[in-house]
Amino acid sequence: MTGKVVTVTSGKGGVGKTTATANVGAALAQFGDKVVCIDADIGLRNLDVVLGLENRIVYDLVDVVEGRCRLRQAMIRDKRLPELYLIPAAQTRDKSAVSPSDMVRLCDELRPEFDWIMIDSPAGIERGFRNAIAPADVVLVVTNPEVSAVRDADRIIGLIESEEKGPARLVVNRIKPDMVRRGDMLAVEDVLELLAIELVGMIPDDEMVLTSSNRGTPVALDGKSKAGQAFRNIARRLRGEDVPFLSMDNEGGFLGKLVRRIRAGGD
Amino acid sequence: MAGFLDRLLGRETKSAQQAKERLKLVLVHDRTDIAPGVLEVLKDDLIAAISRHIEIDPSAVRIEMTQEGREQRLIADIPLRPVRRRRVT
Ligand SMILES: Nc1ncnc2c1ncn2[C@@H]1O[C@H](COP(=O)(O)OP(=O)(O)OP(=O)(O)O)[C@@H](O)[C@H]1O
Ligand SMILES: [Mg+2]
Repeated sequence: MTGKVVTVTSGKGGVGKTTATANVGAALAQFGDKVVCIDADIGLRNLDVVLGLENRIVYDLVDVVEGRCRLRQAMIRDKRLPELYLIPAAQTRDKSAVSPSDMVRLCDELRPEFDWIMIDSPAGIERGFRNAIAPADVVLVVTNPEVSAVRDADRIIGLIESEEKGPARLVVNRIKPDMVRRGDMLAVEDVLELLAIELVGMIPDDEMVLTSSNRGTPVALDGKSKAGQAFRNIARRLRGEDVPFLSMDNEGGFLGKLVRRIRAGGD
Repeated sequence: MAGFLDRLLGRETKSAQQAKERLKLVLVHDRTDIAPGVLEVLKDDLIAAISRHIEIDPSAVRIEMTQEGREQRLIADIPLRPVRRRRVT
């Protein structure tokens, strides 16, 4: 086995990196792949709570890097998905406790054992981001259809290109189809045209993301959730399947459709 | 036709369209690290240089940056005066 390292990053904070890491990781594990998620957001760990594994943490990433435990001991196994593991971030340290070459070494150790190594990057363009992208084979750039998030995503994509990490692939998260239809939210096509990288996922804004993070069960494991379905589709695309993109407009009357047709033709 | 429909459907004033237009400009400047004011200075220099050789209308000169994929391009549009006009005066 030669695992692929998928780093999830964004530039702007709060756009859904942790949510995407947890859900794409869970979906890959549900499809039968062996997955380890690494929380690289040292000092602000969250992947543990989104995955519902917070009560089982003994050792963390910094313990591994500083040799206080073996790698195995820091890997928490998800009981619902036996092929899903988490290496949590240290909560009481800062990002300088880990270096990009530590991350490369760690991932090289994990690659033979896993199909996928998912890394949840912190926001920003500092050390934590550099740690997270250093071992990456694929980088998922998460953004929201919003001016500041798109701008920051563009900065990040530029940095990823200049570090020759990539390809960078785009995840547009928290899409509100009603607002897009009214012309009050950037459509995915607009964001794609601006950022000019390949799209790998478009996730609707979905209340079930919040309720499932309340419970600590990834929404991707919920068959009824639209966002869950969209995350599963990302996982399938990463596995090389050719999955058509979900239509964001589940409804919309005649005029809505007309407007969309004209838009599509006019742009 | 498209323009008429756009107006009928109120497209020009939609906030998403504004967001897109604003982002286009912001991204070009972010990517090239060329501040908006630099283009104005460049334009004046260009007009001065060209005017030493050719008669042009400074107010018609346009300089802009465009995006093609993730590549940026500086485009200068300098309309030339027709020969006829020069002869008449
Ligand atoms: N598709 C979605 N629909 C609804 N809510 C969402 C969606 N995606 C993310 N959220 C919510 O947005 C918030 C931020 O998400 P998340 O923590 O994943 O972002 P982040 O990019 O990891 O943030 P940070 O930069 O702080 O690490 C959370 O409350 C999450 O539940
Ligand atoms: Mg996060």
